[in-house]
Amino acid sequence: MASALQTRDLRRRFGAFTAVDGVSLDIEAGARHAVIGPNGAGKTTLINLITGTIRPDGGDVLLGGERVTRVAPYARVKRGLARTFQINTLFPQLTVAESVALAIGERRGHGRSWLRPVAAQRAVLDEARQLLRSLQLEGDAAVTTRELPYGKQRLLEIALALATRPRVLLLDEPAAGIPSGESQQLIETIERLPAEMAILLIEHDMSLVFRFARRITVMVAGRVLTEGNPAEVAADPRVREVYLGEERHV
Amino acid sequence: MAAAPEAETPGVARPRWHPAELAFWIAPVAAFFAFPDRRLLLSQIFVYALFALSLDLVLGYAGILSLGHAAFFGTGAYTAALLAQHGWTEPLSGLLASGAVSAAFGLLVSLLVVRGSDLGRLMVTLGVGLLMYEVANQTSSLTGGVDGLGDLPIGALFGKIRFGLDGRAACAYSFAILLGVFLLARRLVQSPNGLALRGIRENVRRMPAIGVDVNQRLRVVFAIAAGVAGIAGAVMTQTTQLVGIDSLGFQRSAEVLIMLVFGGAGRLYGALVGATVFIVAQDALAGISPDYWQFWLGAVLVVLVLIARGGLLGALDALRRRVKRRR
Repeated sequence: MASALQTRDLRRRFGAFTAVDGVSLDIEAGARHAVIGPNGAGKTTLINLITGTIRPDGGDVLLGGERVTRVAPYARVKRGLARTFQINTLFPQLTVAESVALAIGERRGHGRSWLRPVAAQRAVLDEARQLLRSLQLEGDAAVTTRELPYGKQRLLEIALALATRPRVLLLDEPAAGIPSGESQQLIETIERLPAEMAILLIEHDMSLVFRFARRITVMVAGRVLTEGNPAEVAADPRVREVYLGEERHV
Repeated sequence: MAAAPEAETPGVARPRWHPAELAFWIAPVAAFFAFPDRRLLLSQIFVYALFALSLDLVLGYAGILSLGHAAFFGTGAYTAALLAQHGWTEPLSGLLASGAVSAAFGLLVSLLVVRGSDLGRLMVTLGVGLLMYEVANQTSSLTGGVDGLGDLPIGALFGKIRFGLDGRAACAYSFAILLGVFLLARRLVQSPNGLALRGIRENVRRMPAIGVDVNQRLRVVFAIAAGVAGIAGAVMTQTTQLVGIDSLGFQRSAEVLIMLVFGGAGRLYGALVGATVFIVAQDALAGISPDYWQFWLGAVLVVLVLIARGGLLGALDALRRRVKRRR
């Protein structure tokens, strides 16, 4: 069976600077894969290449074996690729319930529907309620997003991605900005995600990476330095030198 | 609160008619009977309200700044005029045809508009507006140039009711069209499509990430709004039996933008309130001196934008919230 997500020799330059320089990843269904690397390693560019917000200079992105390198970002989402954002990218004036109902309605193809009010679409609203319950956000359904506490906004980030029912989920620093003492609920949420979903985690927080990932890719200067299971990566002296040496969390 | 037939979903408002809305719609009917000699003015208010409503779909809901919206108003106005002049005098079908022509033109323009940044959109819409004005100016054999077209043979409504000088038919006709389009627009903004438009306005970067083709949605709403603007223009032509080149002018684009911002964008009613206040104030003050009118218009606009973001209705909301909190 084809991998859930594959990149083949992805390359992207910005002027003279090569941000991503021949990155090949292979993410199976159900994978718990993390990409780590120091600042400037090309992690953000890699995410943008996978989601399609920028075009590669070379190489390919495959979703479930299908080449999607030239497919628009929204169409990749329709093919089962969802992402969360490092910096909250939410709908400030929509309520929590409206936000997820919007995403669910779009997945179900109601987005172009004109005639039935959102409030009359039982199936969408029921699904929205279930999704919010699974993330312990049900009590905040009527809260306007911008009035939601930051930690819950991080959960809503994930809720919007899950509303698209992805086969592959990219989590871009999901714990960013949350004080380490308060990240427990978020970590539990991530650990409870459906087992068959392939998850690619981009994260700075090493404790989260080593707790969550079963496979880790280390990027340095746009290239893959090494890839392996957490024990292998932690034992690799090159990794210690370029990355873990700076942050003695492990 | 009355029990709803279905369970409420917290956070997703059910579309209900607020008593204030009903009162709002009774007011023009009352005005029709209370001011029988001002029916032409009323009719003008309805036309501009419809035009401002169209701009609200573009600016208030889709978040596209347009400085050339009169291009579509004028397209509808001239289409209605030319149809009548060439023998298609039945008003309702002429109205629909004018709206359709304008919507098709809007779809064409939308291909250019949705690609750009805010500034790009501003320039494209401004450019299209100027271009249409010059086209009408240069093709004077068809459009009458700067003189426009007058004495248009507009047929009777349903074959019976003629648009007379007293403005009775004009007033009722334009009100009925406004109400009809408003009901459709209200439906649209409460639909999933409307929610998606709010999503686009709130955070355009997130929308592709939940699987939405943003540009496609913007093209559709822009075309719909262009159609509504065209209908407004056609109503203007039909009820006055003439069309002037100013219906395509930059002044008209600017006025409708002022009306909308004045009333409050993104809430449908703001367009209606803004147009009403604008036309009534213009009528009252222009008698004194036209320059005077522009002066006060400018002053009020600046003050309103500075102290009350969200226009008149935005200010009203803020006031209501404050009163509620004090209790």
